[in-house]
Amino acid sequence: MPASVTNFATHFFVLGDPLIYGADASIVLVTLAILFVLTYFKKWGWLWREWLTTVDHKKIGIMYLIAALLMFFRGGVDAILMRTQLVWPGMHFLQSEHYNEIFTTHGTIMILFMAMPFIFAMFNIAVPLQIGARDVAFPYLNAISFWMFFFGAMLLNLSFVIGGSPDAGWVSYPPLAGPEYSIGPGENFYLLALQISGIGSMGTGINFFVTILKMRAPGMTLMRMPLFCWSVLAASILIILAFPALTAALALLLFDRLAGSHFFTMLAGGNPMMYINLFWVWGHPEVYIVVLPAFGIFSEVVATFSRKRTFGYASMVASLMTIVVLSYLVWAHHFFTMGAGPGVNSFFALASMIIGIPTGVKVFNWLFTMYRGRIRMTAPMLWTVGFIPNFVIGGATGVMLASAPTDYQYHNSYFLIAHFHQVLIGGVVYGMLAGMYYWWPKMFGHMLNERWARHAFWWFNIGFYVCFMPQYLVGLMGMTRRIYDYPGDMGWNTLNLVSTIGAYMMGIGFILLVLDVVYSIFYGERDKTGDPWDGRTLEWSLPSPAPHYNFARIPIVTARDAWWIMKEARRGDLTDVSTTEGVESVRVTQSKQTAPQSLKQSGPLQPIHMPKDSGRPFVLSVCFFIFGWGLVFQWYWMAIPGFLGILASLLARSFEKETSYHIPVEEIEKTEAAYGRL
Amino acid sequence: MNKPFWTKWRHLMFVLLVPLVTSGCGERYLVLNPAGPVARIEQRLIILTIVMVLIVVIPVIILTAVIVARYRDRPDRTAPYMPEWSESKVLEVVWWGIPIVIIGIIGTFTVRDTFRLVKPQLPEAPLTIQVTSLNWKWLFQYPDQNIATVNYCKIPTNRPVEFVLTSDAPMNSFWVPQLGGQEYTMPGMAMRLWLQADKPGVYFGHGANFTGKGYAKMAFDVVATDAQGFDQWTKQVKASAPPLTKQGYKNLTTKQDIVGKQEFSSFPPGMFEADIRINGGMYMKHQLKEATD
Amino acid sequence: MTVAEHHLHEWEEDHDLPLEYSTEEGGLKIFGFWVFLVTDMLLFACVFSTYAVLFRHTNYGPTPVGIFDVKGFTAETLILLTSSFTSGLGTLFMRRGQKGALIGWVLVTIVLGLSFIGLELSEFIADVQNGATMQRSAFLSAFFTLVGMHGCHVTFGIFWMTSVLIQVAVRGINTVTAPKVFIVGLYWHFLDVVWVFIFTVVYLIGELT
Ligand code: HEM
Ligand SMILES: [Cu+2]
Repeated sequence: MPASVTNFATHFFVLGDPLIYGADASIVLVTLAILFVLTYFKKWGWLWREWLTTVDHKKIGIMYLIAALLMFFRGGVDAILMRTQLVWPGMHFLQSEHYNEIFTTHGTIMILFMAMPFIFAMFNIAVPLQIGARDVAFPYLNAISFWMFFFGAMLLNLSFVIGGSPDAGWVSYPPLAGPEYSIGPGENFYLLALQISGIGSMGTGINFFVTILKMRAPGMTLMRMPLFCWSVLAASILIILAFPALTAALALLLFDRLAGSHFFTMLAGGNPMMYINLFWVWGHPEVYIVVLPAFGIFSEVVATFSRKRTFGYASMVASLMTIVVLSYLVWAHHFFTMGAGPGVNSFFALASMIIGIPTGVKVFNWLFTMYRGRIRMTAPMLWTVGFIPNFVIGGATGVMLASAPTDYQYHNSYFLIAHFHQVLIGGVVYGMLAGMYYWWPKMFGHMLNERWARHAFWWFNIGFYVCFMPQYLVGLMGMTRRIYDYPGDMGWNTLNLVSTIGAYMMGIGFILLVLDVVYSIFYGERDKTGDPWDGRTLEWSLPSPAPHYNFARIPIVTARDAWWIMKEARRGDLTDVSTTEGVESVRVTQSKQTAPQSLKQSGPLQPIHMPKDSGRPFVLSVCFFIFGWGLVFQWYWMAIPGFLGILASLLARSFEKETSYHIPVEEIEKTEAAYGRL
Repeated sequence: MNKPFWTKWRHLMFVLLVPLVTSGCGERYLVLNPAGPVARIEQRLIILTIVMVLIVVIPVIILTAVIVARYRDRPDRTAPYMPEWSESKVLEVVWWGIPIVIIGIIGTFTVRDTFRLVKPQLPEAPLTIQVTSLNWKWLFQYPDQNIATVNYCKIPTNRPVEFVLTSDAPMNSFWVPQLGGQEYTMPGMAMRLWLQADKPGVYFGHGANFTGKGYAKMAFDVVATDAQGFDQWTKQVKASAPPLTKQGYKNLTTKQDIVGKQEFSSFPPGMFEADIRINGGMYMKHQLKEATD
Repeated sequence: MTVAEHHLHEWEEDHDLPLEYSTEEGGLKIFGFWVFLVTDMLLFACVFSTYAVLFRHTNYGPTPVGIFDVKGFTAETLILLTSSFTSGLGTLFMRRGQKGALIGWVLVTIVLGLSFIGLELSEFIADVQNGATMQRSAFLSAFFTLVGMHGCHVTFGIFWMTSVLIQVAVRGINTVTAPKVFIVGLYWHFLDVVWVFIFTVVYLIGELT
């Protein structure tokens, strides 16, 4: 082989490590298997028509969910690899370089390619149904958002086997991540993958902000919205106001790397601290972007499975909004030890602690929603109840970290690692799993098995404590984060061993969860009523899975917990509620006589206006992928056509004439009749 | 799930929280075993915050267990069910109030100590040590003694030490848990960290901010001896160690490697300041002043 | 119309509102675009603050006073301000349903936009020829990025306006094209506002210090 070819190959393909050859082999095998299955069962057309071109929020939600679970798996494998390396000092399982790549991709994937799509899955699945809408405000943009996320994630994942992964940490601070110290395409992968998927996230933020403000069913005032929608509104505001800072930080660092500019370099006047500020101006709101929707899910789950109205609804809303405001005022707590004066540190310390107040209030309100309720310990509730002690401890250590002088001792140590895993796993992951179990029947028309779910939960939950509680301790013993090896004489060994055992237990929990899904696809109880949990909000008024237009007739909302009220009205149970504290008077106006019992009773149906499917979001995102790939390797012959492709896709959309169509009444009647709802 | 739910939790919490609270006893917990005034202030604040947050954490966890146990939907349950009960001004005031009070207390002490730790009152002239983090080693320069060391430094006990921190590589963080919290070492900047050791000993230090391949091996020792021992040591280094030349420094910075402990009997004057200037300090007048005065 | 009725007839036109707002879709798009502008504004804000941090970091190279050309940037400013006005006229005639006037004013706007870009490019080229490149110093990196980012926005706006113009010419002013005209107009005004900031923060302050 000519030298130039081998030279190219060694840079392009990551060579010389069995782990990576293993990854290569498994990627090739999985790809071949997928291609084979699709071809053998003649599913290409189906894939294109039903999924790649869909603009239906329910299907997009499902795709986000699948992607999030896959990424959870990938990130989880990373975690297991790291914990295996750390099980004892002096391990030779991973070399330093690989450990560094793995913790970098682990963090990046978990936050941006697991937590983000997971919350977007929940946004998409639940929000339009809960507010009584037929889709989001911009269905086409919604599809673009998904595919941008998807191809961004692909870009980052491929870096492991092609070109080399980024290895400067998920925060990617220059100068380490700059051109002087990170040579090769790894960091470019990070920057472009995040940039591309970030555009998608921004689209989602705008989309759901507008959807919630403008598309609510008649009568659904903001203060009658389900709390999940409130949390999505809050998260969307955060996305809109925070993501531009990430876009800027990434773009400027990319210029440093590709164009030789000097924003964050050490020489020629660059200032790395500017990056760190921009990053955390996004970064702190980001952690709330992922956790607020989880809060929303807990609120839904707690009310449903306690069969009780949410306690302190107004407080819940107020605390969400307080958190939104405060989360912009705390970013510098990620670098108390970077030399700011005591005044500045005091300000950011106090602001950070104050966030603990509304968060604490929410916990009390959840508890008192359960109080005097009738609690059913189903899978979603299990994750919710598991979340409470977990998050309380995580929040408490958050307050401890926020106390600036003490943070000088916790910062960059395993104490910090334990804190943010406790809030991110105990908060976000538990929340998303609760949401997944809760809305699964709505998405797929069958329930997940409860027995498997309990096993999965207990393995995961106990594993969590076994894994992370020792990390608080080892942090106080002085162990710093991001080290692939540690001295054996510091007393850290046993705690690390225990922590690794916990990680494996969580791994088992995850496998059980996947098995639950597989088992339930075949044997899960079918949901024929559309309301398996005896729910309170409008999504449960629809059949499972919901027809693609969602509502044959847009419901008219008269109170909070709209579906619960409708059910009560149908049963004729609404006679004495006017005497109960805090119930809106409108509710009394509905009675058994006026409450419609079926679709036909409430008048003739109308044709439904729906957006058309389109393959262009997919094509556009492929162009972004090509463009990004070209930039990663600085192959401009590839980047430029990619860029032109992007422009062409945008232009084609602009000139498109028919972007929507009407579903005729007969078709609606047929669909509804099939559900037995006419 | 047949056992009452909360017994499991109680058990778990007990196992997990008790070691956390009582861990101060073990001397392995460096952060909780201060050997100097700075670390001691931090340790006291740590204990205060732990106690304060536990005042909320423990009751909330117990409350969770009790509520879940009492209000489970069981055939034999006797607890009341009030599906419409969803508001109570009194209760809400209580739990907006509790965290406000707790945070108020922690906040007050936090602010007090934040200001307290900026710069100590100095009964005597401090010892100045200029610290540079490199890939992947620590360089310590003693401007008054004109000696330098790599990957360890010696300090006299009971005398404040002023560490002036910078980096001639990606930013790192200088952390000696038993003497006090960390501070970033950043290119182009001169940051101050005041520490002091009360008793002789070898204190574990480690870089705390990731800087690449060799980062995990960036441990260093801070060795505290009495003043006499310190003087002896400086003399010995001056007498026996080779000088650090410009070329020697260049080797330290550009060879990205891990080295053992080293000593130098002298170093080129103004090297530390020049580094800071060229790495961006020239745009931050106060940084330069900090570095030189 | 009550809220309920409004939703039942969501795809029908509402004649009390200006044309671009008369369909639900049009209204949503315009609202959504406003939100997008907020994000774009914040993106500029981040780059502005980076510029503010770095503009003294000249690395012994060219300084603001050294490279800014007073005549050039004054002309650019005047041209862009005028173009904002003409694009506003375009929207006005769109509402009146006067297709010819709309097309005319949008054309004028495009021409003004092109001359703005031409001036900016020649300024950049002159800078580069004088050794003031993006790689020279942090100040120049920030300068070219901030001003160049605005320039890219303007360029994109020109292409976009052209595409909308063609659509109006071929399909006339209707409920689909009207929101497009309105939105591209908003975008153009937004770029004007950003330029006012660039003019002040970069050029005026640069000349004065
Ligand atoms: C009571 C509320 C909270 C407070 C007061 C708090 C405080 C803090 C502080 C002060 C730090 C910086 C510590 C350091 O770097 O030394 C931190 C780090 C972090 N927190 Fe929290 N936090 C809270 C809740 C959360 C939540 C809800 C999440 C996510 C869902 C979260 C995720 C993180 C992450 C990811 C980091 C570390 C980032 C990194 O350095 O890689 N925190 N927190
Ligand atoms: Cu934060």
